[in-house]
Amino acid sequence: MPTFLQLTLDALTLGSVYALVALGYSLVYGVLKLLNFAHGDVVMVGSFIGYGALQALGGSANPAVPVWLLLVLITLAAMAGCAVLGVAIERCAYRPLRNAPRIVPLISALGVSFFLANSMQLLFGAQQRDYQSYLLSGGSLYFRGFDVDTVHVPLLRIITISSAFVLMVILWFMVNKTRTGRAMRATSFDGEAAAMMGIDVDRVIVFTFILGSALAGAAGVLLGLRIPTFTAIGFTLGLKGFTAAVIGGIGSIPGAMVGGLLLGAAESYTAGYWTTSWSDLVVFSILITFMIFRPQGLLGREDIRKV
Amino acid sequence: MSDLTPGDPNAPALPEAEGPAVGRDEWVARHGERRLARGGRLGEMEQRLRAVPWWAFLILFLAVASLMPAVEASGYVRRVGFDTAIFMLLALGLNVVVGWGGLLDLGYIAFFGIGAYAYAIFSSDKFGIHLPTIVAIPAITILGALIGLLVGLPSRRLSGDYLAIVTLFFLELFETVMLNGNQIFGHNITGGANGILNVDPLSFFGHTLPVQHQGIFAVSYYYVALAVFAVVFVALRFANLSRIGRSWRSLREDPLAAEVMGMPVNWLKLTAFATGAAVAALTGTIETSLTGSVFPLNFSPTVLITIYAMVILGGSGSQAGVVLGAILVNVLLQVLENPDQARVLFYLLIVVGVLAAFRLTRRLAVLAVETIVLGFVIHAIVSAVHPSWATEGHSGFSGLMSHWVLVPSTLTPWVGQVAYGVLIASVLGITLLRGWARVIALPPVLYLAAFVWENLMIPNPGPTRYIVLGLLLIVLVIARPNGLLGERRVEIV
Repeated sequence: MPTFLQLTLDALTLGSVYALVALGYSLVYGVLKLLNFAHGDVVMVGSFIGYGALQALGGSANPAVPVWLLLVLITLAAMAGCAVLGVAIERCAYRPLRNAPRIVPLISALGVSFFLANSMQLLFGAQQRDYQSYLLSGGSLYFRGFDVDTVHVPLLRIITISSAFVLMVILWFMVNKTRTGRAMRATSFDGEAAAMMGIDVDRVIVFTFILGSALAGAAGVLLGLRIPTFTAIGFTLGLKGFTAAVIGGIGSIPGAMVGGLLLGAAESYTAGYWTTSWSDLVVFSILITFMIFRPQGLLGREDIRKV
Repeated sequence: MSDLTPGDPNAPALPEAEGPAVGRDEWVARHGERRLARGGRLGEMEQRLRAVPWWAFLILFLAVASLMPAVEASGYVRRVGFDTAIFMLLALGLNVVVGWGGLLDLGYIAFFGIGAYAYAIFSSDKFGIHLPTIVAIPAITILGALIGLLVGLPSRRLSGDYLAIVTLFFLELFETVMLNGNQIFGHNITGGANGILNVDPLSFFGHTLPVQHQGIFAVSYYYVALAVFAVVFVALRFANLSRIGRSWRSLREDPLAAEVMGMPVNWLKLTAFATGAAVAALTGTIETSLTGSVFPLNFSPTVLITIYAMVILGGSGSQAGVVLGAILVNVLLQVLENPDQARVLFYLLIVVGVLAAFRLTRRLAVLAVETIVLGFVIHAIVSAVHPSWATEGHSGFSGLMSHWVLVPSTLTPWVGQVAYGVLIASVLGITLLRGWARVIALPPVLYLAAFVWENLMIPNPGPTRYIVLGLLLIVLVIARPNGLLGERRVEIV
């Protein structure tokens, strides 16, 4: 029986990955009012790029570069690859549908998600890819760390959680303190008015996709460091990420973080105290409860419809 | 054109410059009709076809479909015919939700699964219950509608996107529950991953319809599916022509306006949802009575995407359209399974696509010559340098094509991966080029596409069919959002 502390550690790890995924959803939804169903598959592609980069640098057992540099490099590779992918997706599948009825880009997003998942399966097969993070620097990322009570907190967990939070802080800074970030917030508040004020909305949207997809790439690598990855994870991951975004309040950055952590907690406590097979059920009930009683989420603004 | 201008016929005709006599919105909305009226012989033919009542088309279609087993007696073709009928039913049901109600229901396949599982539970040895078909099918249809109502309930307050995610999650949940349904408080209800086997075939008044007749697929199931299809088609047609159908469409066009007009928007959403769910559950019972077994993975999102592709391809909102879409997509999936047919289909699509894009111009000639010459040059060079890379087939179409496209005897994985990546990048790149630059750049891309198709995609029909479906969805909603036979809709801003 895992202890409460152990489960909390799991919750934090899982939650920080969910939060990164949720941020991507939230950013795109804020600017485009579009549910990017393909986002989960971008995360999947990110974890594959990370795996490819890891193998190119010599694998986990004896990498060609120091371990810290290795981790930074594979994360950067995944972030860059996913950013390019995100821009391509936006350019081809969403931009032509900018003014279409709301339901149409959703269908296009489903198509993209399907295309990505099956293309990856065609190219790399359906088998699992393991980063073998337990081999990194002779396993010391697992041995080292500190102990809380009887629970050992491995160094790798600390790295995962803290890097996710560092990324979120950087994102918060970019959105709230830079010029482009201000343009993003303006576009998300009212795209038409922003365009009239001289903001290049297309550029802002591309930038949003770059940010969101880069976070997805990082999330993919963090996930890959924890569990083996395969081509079908994108669908469930996207669903969880979106749920986290809705719980926190879609369009809100701190909301996505809170939602992600909450979802991670719900999942790991269910798994620990009850059973893993029904954790989806718990998550679904939380989602439904929020949708009925607080559709704007924990930290979201209430959406006022103007006629 | 005259019939489009209402008012006193004796009044002096308004000059065109003064603008339309009808309201502006109406004028915009009738743009399509006017274009048709000017369309010459083709437009005239289309208008005549439009004047034919819908039931005439239905009867003609049913007559042709019921003659099919007489022409082609192989069990495979009959089975494909049955599957197509099942897909037609599913597409009709989804059309109610998406095409008429304008609700994005991504949990639709779960209702198909609920119908299938309910039939399996109530007519098999699993619990020793054997309900007669006459009772089971209507009961399960109603059950499907009720569950549809329940799932739709949270959607009362949800806009389109939220509904999509709730229903998608419902589908995911359905799969989870069915997979873990062998341990609900210690009871084995759904059989888990092993599913439920030995489900009864259909039986009417004590007569059982055998699934196999003289060793091949019994044609009676094909006719049962067709009959159910006809009933559902007519029932939904009447629903659409009635008051509720009109309200659904108004809901689709503008939920806010409909609400302001005093329509019970929530109730309308729920009924559209429940109708779709009932049709899906009904279809599930027929499918299960034939296959005799259910498994959780039969109801995965891949099936959902397939049905969506059918509805979008045919034209959401048009019953005839979604039926056509179901037939085309199912035939496409079957064709992709067969390497020879898939090969022919690919080159056919390339030729038709290039013809449609360039018409009969000088550019087309340049393009064709360049492409053909390029292929033979590459083939000649490679077979001189590296003979094992350019194996030549012996017979048929594949043999013919293998003199042009490279088919290595064994393909190193990274070559295929790089080729696929470069192909996608260059297709994206070519959309940025215009005019002659595009004509010059297109042949290498076409050649690369042929290489990837021959070496990577034909040997892997599993992922390929879904890649094709995904691409089909993206391209369709961008290039032709109203599908093949969809209603012409005008967005009035």
